[in-house]
Amino acid sequence: MKTQTLTPPRGDSATTGPLLSVENLCVELMTASGIVRAVDGVSFEIGRGETVTIIGESGSGKSTTAMGLLKLLPRDLAVVSGDVSITGVDVLADRRAIRKVRGRTVALIPQDPMTALSPVLTVGSQLCEAILVAGRAGSKAEARDRAEELLRKVHIRDPEAQLRKFPHQLSGGMLQRVLIAAALAGEPDLLIADEPTSALDVTVQAGILDLLLEIQEANGTGILMITHDIGVARLVSDRIHVMKNGRFVESGDAVDVVENPRETYTQHLLDSVPRLGAWDESAAPKEG
Amino acid sequence: MSEPFLAVEGLTLDYSTKAGPFRAVDDVSFSVDKGRTLAIVGESGCGKSSVAKCIMRLVAPTAGRISLDGTDLAGLKEAQLRPLRHRFQMVFQDPYGSLDPHLSAQEIVAEPMKTQGLRSKAERSKEVARLFDAVGLPSTSLERRAHEFSGGQRQRIGIARALASKPDLLVCDEATSALDVSVQAQVLRLLQDIQQETGITYVFISHNLGVVQEISDSIVVMRRGEIVESGATADVLQTPRTDYARTLRRAALDPSAMTGIKPRHIVSALAASA
Repeated sequence: MKTQTLTPPRGDSATTGPLLSVENLCVELMTASGIVRAVDGVSFEIGRGETVTIIGESGSGKSTTAMGLLKLLPRDLAVVSGDVSITGVDVLADRRAIRKVRGRTVALIPQDPMTALSPVLTVGSQLCEAILVAGRAGSKAEARDRAEELLRKVHIRDPEAQLRKFPHQLSGGMLQRVLIAAALAGEPDLLIADEPTSALDVTVQAGILDLLLEIQEANGTGILMITHDIGVARLVSDRIHVMKNGRFVESGDAVDVVENPRETYTQHLLDSVPRLGAWDESAAPKEG
Repeated sequence: MSEPFLAVEGLTLDYSTKAGPFRAVDDVSFSVDKGRTLAIVGESGCGKSSVAKCIMRLVAPTAGRISLDGTDLAGLKEAQLRPLRHRFQMVFQDPYGSLDPHLSAQEIVAEPMKTQGLRSKAERSKEVARLFDAVGLPSTSLERRAHEFSGGQRQRIGIARALASKPDLLVCDEATSALDVSVQAQVLRLLQDIQQETGITYVFISHNLGVVQEISDSIVVMRRGEIVESGATADVLQTPRTDYARTLRRAALDPSAMTGIKPRHIVSALAASA
């Protein structure tokens, strides 16, 4: 019964309007040296099945934007203003509204898989907790079954055995898959991925990006990607917003922004990435 | 023919674990000429940082030679190493954890000169000022402590400290990995300028092929403690010859090489080949 009232009706506001609509979002942080406007009037939208990426360097406000619209910033240190609606639910006007959508309609994939999970609890108990909190299981046994199913969905082999393990027994790539599984626990319409591959090896990164796009393809999930990596942004995004000093300095179609940047800052960012250029994929293996 | 400036031969390092010895570095050999840069690339756990620790003699290798300008460092005891240590220095990965928070920036940079017994106090501060200038740190920041600097500035302090004893060899372990791309570009340029000026030799450890292409003359690709491929930088990056080097090359997302691609397609192909 409770899920009825807590979950906004799917296929209603969700299909007619954007999944996420952000209008003139401002985040002011109280610091020792005064008030800092970390996010300074940004606006963007994400529709069903779309990936929108905010790219920027450290301190640009990209993660603060994500945390601000999820209302995950400490209330006494951050003032969030503007309009944010997630599947039609205005989460800034009503203080309690975010709880109706967080975990169920929108879920966060945190940055550092090595520290995001508690080291003293098993992967299984943490994943089951996420499932129970999201109201997707009635009993512990049911949650356990659902946890196995989720791990299978993120392509983790032998899920039953993995659930019994502690985080330190899994690799970084595996842990990131567990965190994605936890984010999927509430069957969200929108995923917010904060640097989901930055802590991982490049060969592992590809697998995680592939998984996110697979989930998107299967469920029409919208993705807000936060990254500093232009290569990642170019690969997965429909639209890119380039952020600097709390503002979007350039916004547009992913291909346009990377191939024909209009702003000098975007050009500067692109120029800073060392170019690898062309290579011969068919070079003959070395003899002997 | 004279011997290369740094020659590593048959380097092997075992770590003892509960389950018995673990071979982190397995019969690794390479050499670098004076004034050149060799890059060691590979993913986490491949043994690249262990090679760095052996060269720096922070650990004693299980077997093999590390010949620096004709002296084999591998077998030397700490007392024998100490007079040589000023010749090889290291820049660490983490600009936040590798600087003593209690010391001011100038104390950090002066420390190696002090331990070497070099120079009077006045000479030391003159040299610190010169190093600050060389790495592009403002002279007004001499008294500040590590936490008052940005990540890029801290890495400059780390570089200044490493250069303070006038080394011939600098081992940089993921020295730019924690930095923003624009700051990374500045630090790479700084390292290149210093090399041109002083003829210093670099061993540059990185997982980032783009960075490695920018700075190195030759490359060693490591996997599971072994060298799987090596050669001139341009050769290894343009015509990688082993499956693993190709996988790494493919996985390096180069935005400039993505014209007209279908993202979902390329990501799946990448994931499948990794």
